[in-house]
Amino acid sequence: MTGRFGRGSIRLRLVGQLAAVAAVLSVAFFLIVRGVAGQAAEDTQDNILAASATAIADALYTDNNAVSLELPYSAISMLGTISQDRVFYRVVADGTTLTGYDDLPSPDAQTLGPAPNFTTFPYRGESVRVATVLRSVSVGNQPVNVTVTVAQTQLGLAEISSRITATATAIAVGFFLAAMALILLAARSALAPIGRLTRSVSRRGPQDLRPVVTDTPTELVPLVEELNKFISRLGTSLSRSEDLITEAAHRVRTPLAAVRAQAEITHHRLNKPEHRQAIREMIRAIDESSRSAGQLLDHAMVTFRADSHERDALDLTDLLNDTCNRLGPTADLKDIDLIRDLPEHPCEMVGDRILLQSALRNILDNAIKYSPADSRIIVRATDGDAYRLSVSDEGRGFGGAAHTELTTRFSRGSNVSDIVGSGLGLTIADEVALTHGGRLEISENTNGVGACVSLVFPKQ
Amino acid sequence: MRFAGLSKTMMRLMLVLGIMTHTAAFGFEIEDQKLYAATNETSVLRIISTTDIDAFEPIILAYQSENPGISVDYTIASSTELMSAIYVEGAVFDLAISSAMDLQTKLANDGFARSYVSAPTAALPDWAKWRDQVFAFTQEPAVLVISERFFGDDDVPRNRQELIELLRNRPEQLRGRVGTYDVRVSGAAYLFATQDSRNSESYWRLTEVMGSLDARLYCCSSDMIRDVASGELAFAYNVLGSYAESQKHATSGFRIIEMDDFLSVMLRTAVIPTSAENITAAEAMVDFLATLNARPALNNLSGLPPIDEVALRSNNALRPIRLGPELLVFLDRLKRDAFLRSWTDAIQQ
Amino acid sequence: MRFLLVEDNEQLARATTDRLQLDGHAVDHAPDLTSARESIGLADYDLILLDIMLPDGDGRTFLTEQRQARKRTPVIVLTARSEVSDRVGLLDLGADDYITKPFDFSELQARCRAVLRRQGGNAANQKTFGDAVFDSTAGTLTTAAGTTTLRNRELRLLEVFFGAPGQIFSKTHLMDRLFSFSDDVSENAIEVYVGRLRKKLTSSGVQIETVRGLGYRMVDRT
Repeated sequence: MTGRFGRGSIRLRLVGQLAAVAAVLSVAFFLIVRGVAGQAAEDTQDNILAASATAIADALYTDNNAVSLELPYSAISMLGTISQDRVFYRVVADGTTLTGYDDLPSPDAQTLGPAPNFTTFPYRGESVRVATVLRSVSVGNQPVNVTVTVAQTQLGLAEISSRITATATAIAVGFFLAAMALILLAARSALAPIGRLTRSVSRRGPQDLRPVVTDTPTELVPLVEELNKFISRLGTSLSRSEDLITEAAHRVRTPLAAVRAQAEITHHRLNKPEHRQAIREMIRAIDESSRSAGQLLDHAMVTFRADSHERDALDLTDLLNDTCNRLGPTADLKDIDLIRDLPEHPCEMVGDRILLQSALRNILDNAIKYSPADSRIIVRATDGDAYRLSVSDEGRGFGGAAHTELTTRFSRGSNVSDIVGSGLGLTIADEVALTHGGRLEISENTNGVGACVSLVFPKQ
Repeated sequence: MRFAGLSKTMMRLMLVLGIMTHTAAFGFEIEDQKLYAATNETSVLRIISTTDIDAFEPIILAYQSENPGISVDYTIASSTELMSAIYVEGAVFDLAISSAMDLQTKLANDGFARSYVSAPTAALPDWAKWRDQVFAFTQEPAVLVISERFFGDDDVPRNRQELIELLRNRPEQLRGRVGTYDVRVSGAAYLFATQDSRNSESYWRLTEVMGSLDARLYCCSSDMIRDVASGELAFAYNVLGSYAESQKHATSGFRIIEMDDFLSVMLRTAVIPTSAENITAAEAMVDFLATLNARPALNNLSGLPPIDEVALRSNNALRPIRLGPELLVFLDRLKRDAFLRSWTDAIQQ
Repeated sequence: MRFLLVEDNEQLARATTDRLQLDGHAVDHAPDLTSARESIGLADYDLILLDIMLPDGDGRTFLTEQRQARKRTPVIVLTARSEVSDRVGLLDLGADDYITKPFDFSELQARCRAVLRRQGGNAANQKTFGDAVFDSTAGTLTTAAGTTTLRNRELRLLEVFFGAPGQIFSKTHLMDRLFSFSDDVSENAIEVYVGRLRKKLTSSGVQIETVRGLGYRMVDRT
């Protein structure tokens, strides 16, 4: 398993980048709304200012060879309708002020075209928007240029602008939040297949090297294909190394078997006790090394499987029966009675069948190994708060060795040096018990004869 | 445009009529001045106002009882002199109170007013304030005052049309016995006249008919009421209703008619000038004035009807004069000249 | 009993054959799958001992073929593999038992016997001597007093005597047949089992005699 936090996260990157896009869009949206609406508001003011100036210009008339004006009420009142802004005006005829605010700057008539002219400048302590209209009035057949200037402060505009800004901000923020919500949802749904893929791979047992067939989106297909290729390569490589080990075991064990068989035959034919003793020791050495090799392999397998043990539903009674059947002939050889005291009903638990078999076989094998001929071994399973599988023999016990000592690799009871065995049997059983949340219990029988080894598994 | 140009005619007339009672060291004329000293004076609120002391004194005293320690220096001037004092002279006043809505609006428009926002001012209806600088505190319709002696039990005219008919039907009895403001003299009268002219064409017909019957022109409401009460006048047109109301307990022989076609309603307003020094006290006074409608006893004393939106809505004929830049239109020199020319032509035949 | 031994290692095959013949079985040896297939075509076997890794293929293929051809001949696999992980696979393929190399002949014998016993009785395995009938597969001895079940070592001891009635077997020879190399027992231990057999034969004319200085033999005294 890799760490939960790898280098960078697709989700973070996806969300981050989309969030950046959403933020840019929100800001752009905000600027556009404010720009367009602000422009519209400005245009509205300009239009009213122009209308006002035009209305005033329309009211110009000639009186007594002079330009005169009767200021139209509506020209000013229309400016008062949209806001509470201050209003200034000035009418200049032929360079002299006809009426209005003398100090209101009015553009030179020469610079003005037929269309209204707009400017913005500070006046009487505030920024004013100014519209100027040029009108030619004929006085005694002489055209006189009259400029009508209408100015208005921009308080209303600022108010509208701040309202628009507030609205645009609210919309932009709302847009961003909505986008973020959608982005998070989208990221989740987009990344869901990765999660599914991960689960479909992590759910697998250690032996499961089938190709992954989860429904995957197009983008993940190459990854899954590569994964499958890798799995297949891994499978090939594993089976190759398995083949190698098998081959090696075969190559070693078969000649060993041949030697042992020959030795046994030879032993048979020899008469001198010292020669027979030598052959016997050779055979024992062969047995010990072969048994050690077997147990080492077993132990390696237990360690490997304990990391990711399979979880099968299984019946402990069944397992015990199998184990007894398997080791029955071995017990028979020593006229040892294997007495089974098993419940009628199945003792169901979830665990790794191979590990449990290995543990039980090692315990029973040990018991047979250390039991005298013509003795009894009781294999018992009880179903109480927990399952207790115990093997008690009438052997010599463990000579008072501590539990930890017995379950430590390669250690054996102090009193069994004369019996072939590698000392890994109980270690294997102990590790299997721990892997399944259980424990191994070792006790000497109360009458001083024999020992009892139990596997205790809590019910799940 | 300079204020001097605007007020030239009026100032000349005022001088001729000898209204001025003081020629103080100021560049503007004041009519009266009274100091209401507080017992433990902490500051002085300087008010320049067009409102009579009689009417405003109860307000000052009530204000002082709520704001102890503030002495009130109350100066009375005509609306044009008030304008001149602040606009031209830059005299130091903390509050300017005037019935000339147009001039008050001009003060604000041209940058001579301070903005102020408080809970009481925010509670004012939109039409009773402008730019948070001009605050209305009374609503005073222009009414018709008729002589009981002249009309007796006769039907009284209820609107301008009936008034015109009356004038046309009984010219002999009414000749020389019709009174109205001289709009060239009185700011308030000018405001009423210009608003009437906007409201109805009947104004000009009425003016012409009154002119044809040698209408007598007055400077002030008090003179008109006196002459109506005595029967010298059959009626006076466009008398300030609040003032007529306040005279009823002292003078008999006249009745107040609120016409049912329309009633121009003048708003008395307060402005805190930019030159104000005792701003806190001025603002307290604005708040006090904005809450006058919650003080009925005080309104009875002063005779000033407070801002009352309910009363306004219950009578369709009431047309409050709108605060806003449109009030500047009739202050325009050319416009004013043209209006007064028309008016003079109509009233003096 | 006729055994087929499929094993490519010559020495092991020879030693195994010798040892099985010693127990009175007939053994055919096939060094590869091809000859194994030939052999089962020519004769009927009571038991097949099958090596997994053969020069021309996998022993499991042969096993699968056998089971698919519905041939029930019991098969014991001789494997060099780690026991536990392969066991399930082998038993699933139809193997009756398996034994890991190198093996003790006694164990091989015991497993063969267990497999054959599970397979069911076979009259050919009954041997009669005097008034005693010995069934090595069922593990029973029948005399005038009735049939008694034999314990493993008694059975193996009787197998030796019934294999050659009247022949004298030395204590050493009997011990070799009775005890595995991991058992450390004195020569006197053999007397215990001879004693037990004598008790089971009391009501019979068949007896196990002590030939002083040489060993034991089974004789008929009826």
